Amino acid sequence: MSDEISPPLGQGKAAKPVLYLDGVSVVFDGFRALNNLSLVVDPGELRAIIGPNGAGKTTMMDVITGKTRPTAGVVRFRDHDLTKLDEATIANLGIGRKFQKPTMFDALTVFENLELALKAPRGPFACLRWALTGEARRRIEAVMEEVGLSARAQDRAGVLSHGQRQWLEIGMLLMQDPELLLVDEPVAGMTDQETEHTAALLVRIAGRRSVVVVEHDLEFVRALGSKVTVLCEGSTLSEGSIDHVQNDPRVIEVYLGR
Amino acid sequence: MSASIASPAPAGAARLTIRLVLIGAVLVLALLPLLNRLPPDSALYVSDFIVSITGKWITYAILALAIDLAWGYAGILSLGHGAFFALGGYAMGMHLMRLIGPRGVYGHPTLPDFMVFLGYKELPWYWLGFDHFPFMVLMAMAVPGMLALVVGYLAFRSRITGVYLSIITQAMTYALMLAFFRNDMGFGGNNGFTDFKELLGMPLNTDAARAALFYASLALLVVAFLVCTRITQSKLGRVLVAIRDAESRVRFLGYDVTQHKLFVFVLSAVLAGLAGALYVPQVGIINPGEFSPGNSIEAVIWVAVGGRGTLVGAVLGAFSVNALKTWLTTVAPDLWLFALGGLFVAVTLFLPRGLIGLFSKAPK
Repeated sequence: MSDEISPPLGQGKAAKPVLYLDGVSVVFDGFRALNNLSLVVDPGELRAIIGPNGAGKTTMMDVITGKTRPTAGVVRFRDHDLTKLDEATIANLGIGRKFQKPTMFDALTVFENLELALKAPRGPFACLRWALTGEARRRIEAVMEEVGLSARAQDRAGVLSHGQRQWLEIGMLLMQDPELLLVDEPVAGMTDQETEHTAALLVRIAGRRSVVVVEHDLEFVRALGSKVTVLCEGSTLSEGSIDHVQNDPRVIEVYLGR
Repeated sequence: MSASIASPAPAGAARLTIRLVLIGAVLVLALLPLLNRLPPDSALYVSDFIVSITGKWITYAILALAIDLAWGYAGILSLGHGAFFALGGYAMGMHLMRLIGPRGVYGHPTLPDFMVFLGYKELPWYWLGFDHFPFMVLMAMAVPGMLALVVGYLAFRSRITGVYLSIITQAMTYALMLAFFRNDMGFGGNNGFTDFKELLGMPLNTDAARAALFYASLALLVVAFLVCTRITQSKLGRVLVAIRDAESRVRFLGYDVTQHKLFVFVLSAVLAGLAGALYVPQVGIINPGEFSPGNSIEAVIWVAVGGRGTLVGAVLGAFSVNALKTWLTTVAPDLWLFALGGLFVAVTLFLPRGLIGLFSKAPK
């Protein structure tokens, strides 16, 4: 960590990390998808993660969200040991995830997708009794406004364009009101203008919450202006500002190429 | 599967039309037992046969609703729902057997004929209480419900879905069939229960009993339909559709998928059990054949033909396929199974949204 970047909105460095990974390894049939990986994310921090294909970026997200159990290592969210919890419990603790391939409920409308994501009691009986209050409606409308889907509220998610699907999924993340957002390749398949818009949106979201973005698009990562972690072969290769990692000889060798 | 299925909430005008058609259909059905009282030479006379077979179809429609709630909405394709129906039927059968009292062929004061024949000295403990009507109703719901709870919990917790779940439910009904065939189970073995005399003090095989059972079935169908509508139009209904289309995504939103699936599976089994309880006094017999896997598959075909994922479709499917069956098994009994298979293939290929798809526009 040579280039110091001040955390967004002046969050104190001394604050307890939101996400803490230490010595995490995941082994699939002898293949080390993650190898002694460590990562610390502070409250309100925006962090970009880059790395070549197979570096372990998605596996890292699977470990944090409870989809994959690590073979070894510590995974903590605030004071919770995430290696012992299932996906739904982890999501309810305040970790939201956007998937690489946008995943939502195609048979439901944009509004209904956001309504399902809205933070509210999740049990079957609570869902049966659920009535949409003015407060909830306003929150959903505010998020639709934020991700630019207000005009499509009553359209089925299945008919949205690829870019709009990415946005709807980011909107669903916001409805969950998570403390930590894991965003996997949010600008894949987006136009330049959409990409810019998305970067601005993520910067706005960070500060209130911690955001971890996995992305290939270096221009986009530069636009985020955040600390960058470079993964390679399942562990951290380099960490710092975008300029720092782009000039790191090891990074140039394995990832950026020359 | 996802895009072809209608969303749970139709638009306002369409919903009003559907409501009016449904109320009309219920009124027409409710007229049948009254028209049965007309003199037989009247143009509007409805025969005993029509009344009793329609009453039977109504119980099938309730079973179809139960299957549709689990399959059409939550994506749980149970190929063993006939087991829940049969268990409800056996609960009613036990009650009806107890009510025969000393009027059996052997004239034993408490034991049903088959127990005397098999040399039972006293009533097995699990027959106690079945002489009371409310206890029987409770058991017709609780036994299928508990079975669904246990099977569902084990399967859903282990994230068994799709064809594997279907096979497990199929095995469940097959195992129960084999068990109920055994004489030492105390459920009449191969022959099951029959020769029923009365229910709630009302002699069976009379016009009055036929009409009463018909109206009870119709009332249960209406209640079941309203309960299912309430569920499918609530947020729970949308969670179920979400589970059907992208189960793991629902987990990442923080929903405990196992709980939601269990809720709908158990409710579905309870509905099927009640339907079975109303079916038995109308057909006058219950035997282990009701557990046969073919019955469960046939019921799934009703739902597919009518249109899964729409409650009206399930009911329509149950009536139309059974009407076809009744007609075809009279004119060409050997053709029925071919027709049923052909129907399923044809619907899958040409009418993926079922008969209901003919009436409603394709989704946007």
